[in-house]
Amino acid sequence: MAENENKLIYTFGALAELGQEITNRKSFQEMIRTSLHLLLGSLAIMRGGVARYSRFRHELNFIAVKGLGEDFPPSFSLSQQDEHRFLSAGLAAADVSQASGDPVVSEFVAAGRNKPLEMFVPLVIQDELVGLITLGEKANGEPYSSYDREVICAMARHIGVGIAQRNMMVEIERRATENRRLYDDLRFTYTNTVKAFAAAIDYKDKYTEGHSVRVGKYTEIIAKQLGWGNEEIEGAAVAGYLHDIGKLTVERNIINSPMRINAKESVHLNKHPVVGYEILLPIHHPYADVPLAAKYHHERLDGRGYPDGLADREIPYIAKIVNLADSVDAMTTDRPYKRRRPAHEMIEDLQRNSGNQFAPELVTSFCGALLSELTGKKKRLGFTRMLGKEYLLKQDLIPQLQNVLNGLNGTSSMTLVSLD
Amino acid sequence: MNSSVLTEGKSVTVFASDYLNKLSGEKIERECKEFLRSGCRQLEVNFKNTEIINSIGISILLGVIDAASDFEADVVFSDVSEHTIELFEMLGLSTRVALRLR
Repeated sequence: MAENENKLIYTFGALAELGQEITNRKSFQEMIRTSLHLLLGSLAIMRGGVARYSRFRHELNFIAVKGLGEDFPPSFSLSQQDEHRFLSAGLAAADVSQASGDPVVSEFVAAGRNKPLEMFVPLVIQDELVGLITLGEKANGEPYSSYDREVICAMARHIGVGIAQRNMMVEIERRATENRRLYDDLRFTYTNTVKAFAAAIDYKDKYTEGHSVRVGKYTEIIAKQLGWGNEEIEGAAVAGYLHDIGKLTVERNIINSPMRINAKESVHLNKHPVVGYEILLPIHHPYADVPLAAKYHHERLDGRGYPDGLADREIPYIAKIVNLADSVDAMTTDRPYKRRRPAHEMIEDLQRNSGNQFAPELVTSFCGALLSELTGKKKRLGFTRMLGKEYLLKQDLIPQLQNVLNGLNGTSSMTLVSLD
Repeated sequence: MNSSVLTEGKSVTVFASDYLNKLSGEKIERECKEFLRSGCRQLEVNFKNTEIINSIGISILLGVIDAASDFEADVVFSDVSEHTIELFEMLGLSTRVALRLR
């Protein structure tokens, strides 16, 4: 009686440890190895193995084996009939001797020829075959009792749940990876569509060909220089690409006018930010503020911009960046009524208008990025490709840019910026 | 080899410590197998520093017994506490290995 009690206490201890083991978040292989030790040790079984079933390859792969010899194969193929047979048997301890006609069991027996196997337990969890446990003889040489079988089934259920949990985690990870890939594909498609739109906008204006694409690129460079995250940088670039989308509704002869346009034409042209906002607003963009960037990219810190004459903190931050990028491109490209300005003049203009039109730290960021490319600290930011090597090297811009960076401090009292 | 081991000719004494009861205890089994491969035919596992043995420990010891049987070597479990002897007897290990009381 006392021995039975001791046995019960000992087995209960093993079962409790197994329960704890299954819920531990350590390596799956280690969890299975420890579980096999606990199962073998609880009833003093000489040998055994735990296999995980792969539904896709129809294969039992042994994750942990003990005492089965070095020749024991790591995996066994199962036919659909085998799988159905195990499923219909359910999670029950079956004697190898009573299943000698079963081709898979015969294979196990043949594989462990020097190390006899006596029992196998299909791990069926929620009507799914997740694995199989195979066991050798007991150390005392006695046949398995009904108590032993109950203990084996209880422990096998724990191990089966552990494998099922792992399968579920793998499936969740697989789906998450797939979702991430789909999301990346979608974002790629979106960005390409936006670029196509930018090209369409630029196509309308023969004098400013490539303007939207360049503004997108400058916006991206500034956002990067500000230390924004990848998604925010992408969003900023999109805002740059689409800032002039409202120009699609402006008549070609106004956009392509070879001379300065008159007041009436100017009123029509100046509506493009609001029109752009209205075009972009109903579209669900993955990045916020794209419509606002279109609407307010002609606003100035001093309140003298349009359409709403917003000042400083009222202007969305992204619109301030696009405004600077837009101005840089306007100054550095030929227009029908004026030649582009030399690079040093463009920098002087940014410096002069810092705090009036442009947010000082954005001027700093732009100049810092340009300096990095010119000094070779950062290569291929895109300035040389967009502006041309000759244009950038005409004057030595490096001392001028250094002066700007030394003189302009984004946190000075002159800073009129918002961090919306 | 890190666990405490005494070798004398074809006899080897391996001192099982408390880590026998964890996955790291597999090391003892591996060491014993290596000694058996290199000619040891008298293997003693000493339990001087082992108070309690759990199911993992039993499984590892069964591995040692099985390996010794493959090499036709003698195994002795020595310095075993009374409580552990009871456990070995209950599980039937005493039918496969000689036990020496502490």
